[in-house]
Amino acid sequence: MSAAVHAGRRLDTAAWRNLFRDRPLIPLTALLIVLVAAIQIADPGIVNLPWCGLIMRASVPLAILGGCQTLTMLTGGIDLSVASIASMAGFVTATFVHSPGGWVEGMAVGLVAAALAGLVTGIGVGVFRVHPLIMTLAMSFVVLGFSNVWQLQTLQTGAGVPDQLRWVGSTTLFDIIPYSLLVFVPLTLLILLGLRRTGFGRLLFAIGDNPVAARLSGVRSWQVLIVLYVISALLAAIAGLVLSGFTNTASVSLADPYLLSSVAAAVLGGTSIMGGRGGFGGTIVGALILTVLTALLTVLGLPEPARQILFGSIIVAVAAAYTRVTAEA
Amino acid sequence: MTAAQLIARRRPLDAVAPWARRNAWTLGLVAFLALLLVYTKLIQASYDSFAVQYLAIGVLPLALAAVAQAVVVMCGGIDLSIGSMMAVTNVVCAMMMLHHSEQYGVVVVLVVLLLGLVLGAINGALVVLTRVPDIVVTLAMSFVWAGCALLVTAAPGGSASEWLTNLVLGSVVSVWIPQSAVVLAIVVAVVWIPLSRSRLGLSIYAVGSNRLAAFRSGVPVGRTKFAAYALTGLFSAFAGLALTASTGIGTPVPGPYTLMSVAAVVLGGVSLAGGRGGLLGPIIAVVVLQLIRTDMTFLNIDTNYAYIAQGLILVGVVMFGSLVQMRRSRA
Repeated sequence: MSAAVHAGRRLDTAAWRNLFRDRPLIPLTALLIVLVAAIQIADPGIVNLPWCGLIMRASVPLAILGGCQTLTMLTGGIDLSVASIASMAGFVTATFVHSPGGWVEGMAVGLVAAALAGLVTGIGVGVFRVHPLIMTLAMSFVVLGFSNVWQLQTLQTGAGVPDQLRWVGSTTLFDIIPYSLLVFVPLTLLILLGLRRTGFGRLLFAIGDNPVAARLSGVRSWQVLIVLYVISALLAAIAGLVLSGFTNTASVSLADPYLLSSVAAAVLGGTSIMGGRGGFGGTIVGALILTVLTALLTVLGLPEPARQILFGSIIVAVAAAYTRVTAEA
Repeated sequence: MTAAQLIARRRPLDAVAPWARRNAWTLGLVAFLALLLVYTKLIQASYDSFAVQYLAIGVLPLALAAVAQAVVVMCGGIDLSIGSMMAVTNVVCAMMMLHHSEQYGVVVVLVVLLLGLVLGAINGALVVLTRVPDIVVTLAMSFVWAGCALLVTAAPGGSASEWLTNLVLGSVVSVWIPQSAVVLAIVVAVVWIPLSRSRLGLSIYAVGSNRLAAFRSGVPVGRTKFAAYALTGLFSAFAGLALTASTGIGTPVPGPYTLMSVAAVVLGGVSLAGGRGGLLGPIIAVVVLQLIRTDMTFLNIDTNYAYIAQGLILVGVVMFGSLVQMRRSRA
């Protein structure tokens, strides 16, 4: 009988493991709820609908940037150029406000520039097989350099975040639903369906899981990678536009603090940095967790150093728990 | 001519050729650096020994950071918390040296080096024990160490002992040999040369080039990784000390050293896949990058283009490297 109980318990843990491995959204959402409960206990009454709206607004740029990391990490890569591309897009748009073409032209220029940067990155990673970490790091230097040069060129014309971006980034419907969801929801659907239902999405998983097997089954990895890094750069640019609207600032280093957080969001969301495992749903919850966590640490009145220390420790702890649970037995 | 004579004649070349092939990347970098120095002298006739000393002081922190990164990359890992560890050791050193005697400064340096070793060891222990990918652990730890640096002091402050500042100033023997370059050489030589000849050094390369093969040949993979991270922490502490020595104060906000060190390591011929490369390459790469920046100011080019140039050089060099690799593997 004790053997049966033992077997039952083992089955139980196995079931738990499978749950965590196959449905990472469930434990992640539980963690999110715990954090929200903690914030409510720490400061009773703070959690209401406008607060949720604020958290959502703050999370949207982070979640989109996390999406860039998710997509690239699925192929075993990483995109360190997202922050400089995002800042560049927001900044370029702002410099066009007073020009004849207006902010629309600016946005177009920003998006085209981002796509070009992504194209070059993709060619480097896909055709020349440069390590994505290095390629995107180098691209971030190049983009930052060009942004700085552009800043010097346009210093006289003056820059301001266009009203339309501010509307998208920082206003809400009935004080609750942020308009940035107008951008975010279609993007999310596109990414989720793209990953699940399209051949391109499956190719991303295939390349990340086993590049050699993918190549031998006829996948032209280089084409997939080029398209992937263009998409990633475009997503980063969109995130930059929303972010500049949310913070009402445009600078060449606006998104820099988001670079490491975007990787953290994807990792918390259960995407493996080794490739082949993960998804965008987890990343969204990961971004929400990071935002709520920051809010919680602020509510607790912790000084900045303690906040950073706790932030880092929690990321390590969650990632370690993940690895433990999902490790192949 | 007898056979023996022939052998004796060929021997020196035989010894040099494989060595040159093995260190082709570093030799190429040295040649490039020499060309760059000549070019600098051509465009700026006043470029003299003082400028060389200035250059050596300027690159010292990043060069040590690159050495720190190189050690862990050779072991197949990566450490994204180097900049934060430098910030911690930098502020601890500067705050402890404030209002204290010169002799006390020596104790401080030893304490700071030990601190760096401990910080790196914590990184290593977390990587080995949690089995979370290196990049994630060290990324998270970069927040932790940056927070610790802010705990020590919220605003830039402190001071450096005079002997520490003087250590990196001036020149030795000839005015063309900057003292800071000698310090760098001694630090790296004292720590790395005995180590690379030891069992641990071999293990680091073994784990980096093929983890599984190393494990099956009886290399203690976990312990080696732990040691590599501890060494990275130690070199980061040296880099933090160099920051204190060259700036004279402690700054709690991490500089751009983490990502720059990754760039320098790759330019220096250390493969990110691990198991290959040395410490000389990354150091020369750092000097080259800095010298290019200097040249651009001499040529009156906006320094913002220096960012672009650095990025393009990084891409170009790495693409060239991977092309050579591809051709070699096809042949």
